[in-house]
This record gives sequence, C-alpha cells and structure tokens, in this order.
Amino acid sequence: MKALVFERSLPRYAAARVVSSLGSGRGVSVAPLRLTDLDPPTLPGPGWRRVRPRLAGICGSDLTTLDGRSSRYFEPIVSMPFVPGHEVVGDIDDDGGGRVVIEPVLGCLARGVEPPCPACAVGDTGGCERVAFGHIKAGLQTGYCADTGGGWSDGLVAHASQLHPVPDGLSDEAAVMVEPAACAVHAALAAGVTEGSNVVVLGAGTLGLCTIAALRQLALPGTLVAGAKHPAQRRLASALGADLVVDPPEVPRAVRRLTRSLAAGAQLTGGADVVLDCVGSADSIEDAMSIVRPRGRVMLVGMPGTARLDLTPLWHREISLTGAYAYGRETAGGNGRPGAPRTFELAFELVVQAGLERLVSARYPLDRFHEAVEHAGAAGRRGATKVVFDLRDQPRWRTAETAR
Amino acid sequence: MSPRPGFVLEVDRSTPATLIWHGEGFRLERLPVGSRVVYPPEALSPLEDPDAAIRHALLHPLGDSEPLPALLRPGMRLTIAFDDISLPLPPMRSPDVRQRVIEAVLDMAATAGVDDVVLVAALALHRRMTEDELRHIVGDRVYDAFAPHGLLTQHDAEDPDGMLHLGLTDAGEDVEINRRAATSDLVVYVNIDLVPMDGGHKSVATGLASYRSLRHHHNVRTMQHSRSFMDQHRSELHSSNWRMGRHIAASGVKVFQIETTLNNDTFPDQFRFLQRREWEWSVRDRAGFLAVSKSLERTPERLARSIFQSIRAPHAVTSVQAGEVEAVHTRAAEHLHTQQSVEVAGQTDVLTMGLPYLCPYNVNSVMNPVLVMCLGLGYLFNMYRGKPLVRPGGALIMSHPTPWAFDPVHHPSYIDFFEQVLPETTDPLEIEAKYEEAFATDPWYVHLYRTGHAYHGVHPFYMWYWGAHALQHLGAVIVVGGDRRAVRRLGFKPASGLGDALEMAEDVVGADPSITHLHAPPLLMANVS
Repeated sequence: MKALVFERSLPRYAAARVVSSLGSGRGVSVAPLRLTDLDPPTLPGPGWRRVRPRLAGICGSDLTTLDGRSSRYFEPIVSMPFVPGHEVVGDIDDDGGGRVVIEPVLGCLARGVEPPCPACAVGDTGGCERVAFGHIKAGLQTGYCADTGGGWSDGLVAHASQLHPVPDGLSDEAAVMVEPAACAVHAALAAGVTEGSNVVVLGAGTLGLCTIAALRQLALPGTLVAGAKHPAQRRLASALGADLVVDPPEVPRAVRRLTRSLAAGAQLTGGADVVLDCVGSADSIEDAMSIVRPRGRVMLVGMPGTARLDLTPLWHREISLTGAYAYGRETAGGNGRPGAPRTFELAFELVVQAGLERLVSARYPLDRFHEAVEHAGAAGRRGATKVVFDLRDQPRWRTAETAR
Repeated sequence: MSPRPGFVLEVDRSTPATLIWHGEGFRLERLPVGSRVVYPPEALSPLEDPDAAIRHALLHPLGDSEPLPALLRPGMRLTIAFDDISLPLPPMRSPDVRQRVIEAVLDMAATAGVDDVVLVAALALHRRMTEDELRHIVGDRVYDAFAPHGLLTQHDAEDPDGMLHLGLTDAGEDVEINRRAATSDLVVYVNIDLVPMDGGHKSVATGLASYRSLRHHHNVRTMQHSRSFMDQHRSELHSSNWRMGRHIAASGVKVFQIETTLNNDTFPDQFRFLQRREWEWSVRDRAGFLAVSKSLERTPERLARSIFQSIRAPHAVTSVQAGEVEAVHTRAAEHLHTQQSVEVAGQTDVLTMGLPYLCPYNVNSVMNPVLVMCLGLGYLFNMYRGKPLVRPGGALIMSHPTPWAFDPVHHPSYIDFFEQVLPETTDPLEIEAKYEEAFATDPWYVHLYRTGHAYHGVHPFYMWYWGAHALQHLGAVIVVGGDRRAVRRLGFKPASGLGDALEMAEDVVGADPSITHLHAPPLLMANVS
C-alpha cells in the first residue's frame, strides 16, 4: 500500500527546522517524510479492524513534526517509523464495514492493558497513563505509532473502541472534521466558562474556529472575542459565533474595552475570564496571560512546544494555566464520569450544527504531499482552513488476510 | 498696497499647475480646464501695536460690560480661562496673543489688588498640554508665577469635585462647568478665533464643560442640523451653546469675554509659496517649492512630521475685542469674515481639497485617519455660508496620505474607535447609539484623559459627528494617495491619483462635472450663492 512514512533522521529533522523558518509547512521539503509502498500493518490482536482512509486531515501538530519543531517530550510516547494522520474518516475494510471516524487516542483498551488505568476505566482516554505500554508500540495516537499506521496512507489498523460510525447523511468532509471538533468540544467544556463570562479565543485556524463553534454551541459565554489574522478566518470566526473578531494585535485593546479594564504597561488590570490559546506559541501564551483577569484561566488548546515565558503574571495574578489535549467523556467543567457523553458524540453533533464541513478547503492526493503540507502551513494566508489528503481514488490495497 | 480679497480662478490652458496639500507634503496638479480654484484672501494688515489694542479693548468693552478694571476688586475670585493648543494652526510664533492678553489682564488685576487668581486652560475634552505647550501659550513669566503654586490648571471635565451643575436650559440641556469658574466673581475668557465656530458662548459652555453637558450639542442630530456649524445663525451647535451661555449668565456667572482674531499669514518665509497664487510665484517661490519638495522626498516620514510640526506661524493680530460675550463675538466674527470670506457663485459637482498635516487635534502628533475625516468632512467642508461648495449628492475628493497610524498617547480611544467601531458601521447615528456611552465612560480613557495627555474617550466620536452633515450631503468621498486599507475603513474610496479620482467621481455625479478646488490653508470661508 502507499503511505507517507515519517522516519527517524536527525540530520533531516534538523534541516527541516532550519527550512521551516521560511514559513510553516516549508520543512516538508527536507523532512524525513517519504511516499513509499509498505506492507499493510498487521492486526495487533482481536478487536482490531482494518480501515481504509477516505480523507485524512493535516493538523497543526503534524506541521510541527514536519517542520522539525516537535518537543522532545514526545520521544518516549511515539514510535518510529510512523505514518502520520490522526484526523481520519475511512471505510472498515471487511464485509459489512461502513464509514467510520477514528478516535485516535491509543488508550488501555486498544493496548490490551488490563486492568485499565484509572482514566481509561472511566472512558477518559485522553488522560491515559499507558500510551507507551501494552501490546503495541508506544504512540499516544494513531498517526504516531509504528504498529497502527496512520491516515496518510491507503490503510491503517484501529481498535474497535476507536471507531465511530458515520451517519449516512454526513459527508466525508464533515466527518473528517469530527476529530478536531472533538478537541474543541473538550476544550470548551473543560475551560470552566460560566454563563455570561467574557471569553477570548486566540487563533482562528482549524482548532480556533472549532473552539469558537464549540463555545457557542456548548457553553454560554457572555461575549466571545476572537483574534483572527486573515480575512477568511475573520469571516468564519464571526459566522461560527464570535461576537467580536479582531486582528491579533487588536485583541488586548478589544478585551480592555470589553472588560473596562485599566492597563499597566502591556498588562490589563482586569481582563477576560477565560482565554483559550489556539496558537500555542510563547507569544500567544504571554498574550493570553496579559489579557486574562486575575484568577482567570488560560487554556492551551493549540499544541505548545518549548517556550520561554515570563510567568510572573501567572504568579502575581493567580492565573490558572491549563491544557486541553484530547477527549474521552465529557461533563461540563470536568471529564471522565461514567455515563457522561463521549466527546466524539458531541463532536458529531457540533460538526452538523455548526456546519464545520465548510472548513475543509483543499484536497490533495498523497503524491502531492509537498504541496499539501505547504498549503496547510500557509492555510490562513491563502484563505484556507483545513487541508486534507483525499484517498478515495487510491487503488484498493490487499493483504494476505483479505486475499484469502 | 492693501491686501487682495479672496478670488475664484477659472482654470484655462495657460493656468499653471495648482498646489495641492498632501499631509506632510504637497503636489502640483493640473486641474481640468474649466475647473474653479477658490483662493483665500491675502493676509490683512496686522495691528501695529497689539498690546495697545488689547489694553484699549479691556478699557473700552463692547455691549453692556463695564471696563475690566471696574470689575476687579480686592478679595474677589478671578478665573482666567484661555483656549488650548488646538488654536491657532499652526501654533503662532511667540509671543502668543493669549500671553499678551493674559499679561494685560493680570497687570490690571494686580493694580486692583486681586490676589485670588487662577488660570484655567479650557480643554473641554481635549488632551492636557505639556509644560512646553503651556509655556508657549501663556509665556514663561506667567507660567513661572502661577504653575509652581498650582494656580495654572488645566480643566478636568472628569473631576467630580471640580465640576458644578448649574441646572438645565429651557431646552432641557444640562449645564455643568468648571467649579472654579462657576464660583468665581469673574471669569475672563481669552479666545483666539481661528474659524467662525470659535468664541461666543461656546467658549465657556464648551471649553469649561463636562461630557454630561457637551453631549447635548456634540451629537449627530446637532451636526446634521448645523448648515454649517461655521455659520452661527444656521448652526444648531451655536443655538445650544448660546442657550447654555445665557443660562450660565443667568446662574450668576459673570464672564468678561476677550476675542482676538489673526490674519492669514500662516506659514513662515521658507514656506511662503504655500500662501501665494501659483501664477504669481516668483523665482524664489519656485526655488522654495522645489527645495522643500525634493528634501521631503528624501526625508523619513517621522522626520518630515517633526519638521512640519515645528512650524510656527507668523500670524499677526488683526483685532481684539472685549466685554459682553455676544457683542464681542459679533464684532470678532466680522473681523474673521473680512479675513476669510470669498464669494463663490454656485455649487459644484466635485469639490477637491488637499489636506495638510495639521488639524486642531493633532498638534505635535500624527493626523490619524479619523482626524483626516474630520478635517475634510468636518472642518473644510463646513467652511461655507449659504450653501455647501459642493451640491447635494456631489463628490468630495481629498488628497492626504491617511496613514494607518495613531499617537497612542494622544489618541488611545481613537485606535479602538478605528479598529472596533468603524469596521462595524460608519453611520454616525448608529455609532452614537451603540458605542458612544461605553467609550465616554470607559475608566481607562478617563484615567488617561485626567492623568496623561490623551483626548477623552468620546472625542473620536465627536470627530466623526463633525463630518455627519457632509456624510449626509455627499454622494461619494474619494481619497487620493491614502493608505487604501485605512481609506476603506473610513468608508471612503481610495484613488491613486487625481485623474483616477475624477473619473471615479463621474460615476457618481455624471460626465463632465463642474469641479472646484478649495485652495486652503490658509483658511477661507466660502459665501456660496
């Protein structure tokens, strides 16, 4: 089968880091990513299924990897070589299959870990404590594990617990948005947004826009402010529910005015109740801390990396700095109670309610992966949001098992 | 030789190119044959001895006022209020006429044994001035005698203890003014009337007022019903101020008004070509134009701004009148019209104007896009009596770089207004209803106004309202050579050159339009028949 494979190569990884200084996604030209023919991954055990991707998204974390900018934190929890791609809608490749969206976290159930860790025991797979253990290789998600394959290919394997059937009426484009929507749902529900509070979303890429939609649909912010850099992003942010959309440099002034704060230097004396940072850079985190009120909350939704930060305001203003990684089961303000809805269930609803299908802007075949990744890296500037690989025209791959 | 009056030139094939202001620069443009150019009158001859004229005015007041010395007595509270740095433009060479007047008043007060004297800069909601700016206005002698003792103050419209509510006018307008002034035995107000809007009851009723009071006339309805606000008798702005001024008088506040007028001698010698008619340029004028233009081409923007802001006008005093407010203002307005009025026959389809680097609200800072709008559609459009220079539905073409630039110290609320209000709407009524109060009462803007050098939070709204009549009247506004994004944010159309702008204007007013160029500054007032 055809797959894009990311391999361990420090020189090329370092070169990608250098080249990516020209722009996000540019590192792909030298990154250790190649299109190759691979044997399909073997089924790790009972309960695993083969999935043939139809669409697979390019995520910000993928760009970070290809640009040689991933944190070394990930080294022990990924296994190489791996096939990237964790935003996947595909077909189950056996009789009576059907379309599915993959919930990519490889938790205890998928790993055959018994008994499951406390988080997985209550369905909170995003908090799994065993992502480097069990009967498959390390890998926090499908798309970062050498044993499972990933979405940027003709085929991957996924555990039944990862599979969510796609309703008939839902397009592939809508379905491929479910995973990023799930991240946003989780963030929106975990952010502690109380009714009427002032909420700011920094960044209006896929994750930022999904987060705006999730906050609008699932929480009750008083005023929702979005910082969006590009005109198309601003239009979408507004359409998805932001009350006020401004250029990123204007955000502090907008928040100051909204909250009628004073300012001491660049720091607002008051500020927003909650700031969701969907960018994840040192600058965006510092910006978030400068516009959140004392004892307010900053949530990192976009994947941050190594950052040099002045945390004095965090201390002085008793700001809560928290992350929002992935999903499991949700209850407002905290997750993981048995019986609570699964994040993906809410994400399916969000995709439909907010019409997130419209965020899919461009589709590429695998063999044009350079263009695809560079397009994704420059998505905002080029008026795009989500760039995906379209694998629907790829020849059907066969394994020894299916051949039998 | 007596100065020549204003003049309307009809452009023909032999007419040289016309100088058109463009921010911190200017360009020569050939206007289409048949266009009209309205030139201001030449500078009137100044008073030979302004100090003597001041003294004479104080001793021979107009209206029913007694001479100033008769109003002064030991033990009284005397407040001397004076116009701020927004007047005149450009700031005049030292000594400023306000310094001369204030020194004369203080001499009389000292002679009369008045000890309790406070000077108040009548800022209304303008920014506080710096020490240098105050020194320039009142002079070092006055500054050093009063400021160190806290007796030279700047009006603070947001000081809850510093304001006094004097009740309502017959029309239900709040009258709230500076407490020191309201509780003085005598307020002497020292004006410079640069345009006909200045002076009269507006001096105290606006210059020493609060937002609570100002909002009754600084609003869209008033501006749309002032045709124009430079014409006292057709100006709702004036009507409201006159009601307030009379209420202030009826409340027992005695005002001794002093209004001065200046001539049109606006630019120093090296820039004198700016106030001469192009076909009369001498070799020296041409050389001056070339030298300045070429230097500006190589001068960084900030430096050019700094050079222009350092210009001190050779304005000379043409009249001084003192006494009762209305009588004084009537006489001052006559002098102003003598200097500025130009008879213009009929309206035009397209009005063009070059906007200079300066308006009343960006002295020592950058002219941001909101002020560009205000200067063009507020001030210059309204410099008419009778009818606007441009017909209803006509086009206004302004030339200005309109940079997306703001002075964060002077204009913090302007930044928010531009970034957050104008993208939503440019409709003055909607802006007023939806946003004004929030900006006006924003504690951060209040803090910056009171403690820094910031215009009040509501000030950009007033600038927008100043252009409300023009916005209602015009079919199109086109800005030549401006930052395209900034121009569009204002709701106007950008054009790269005058030719393009005239073509764009034809889409609105039709083919072969009549074109009139307003050749200002120096300022002029068009009496349009």
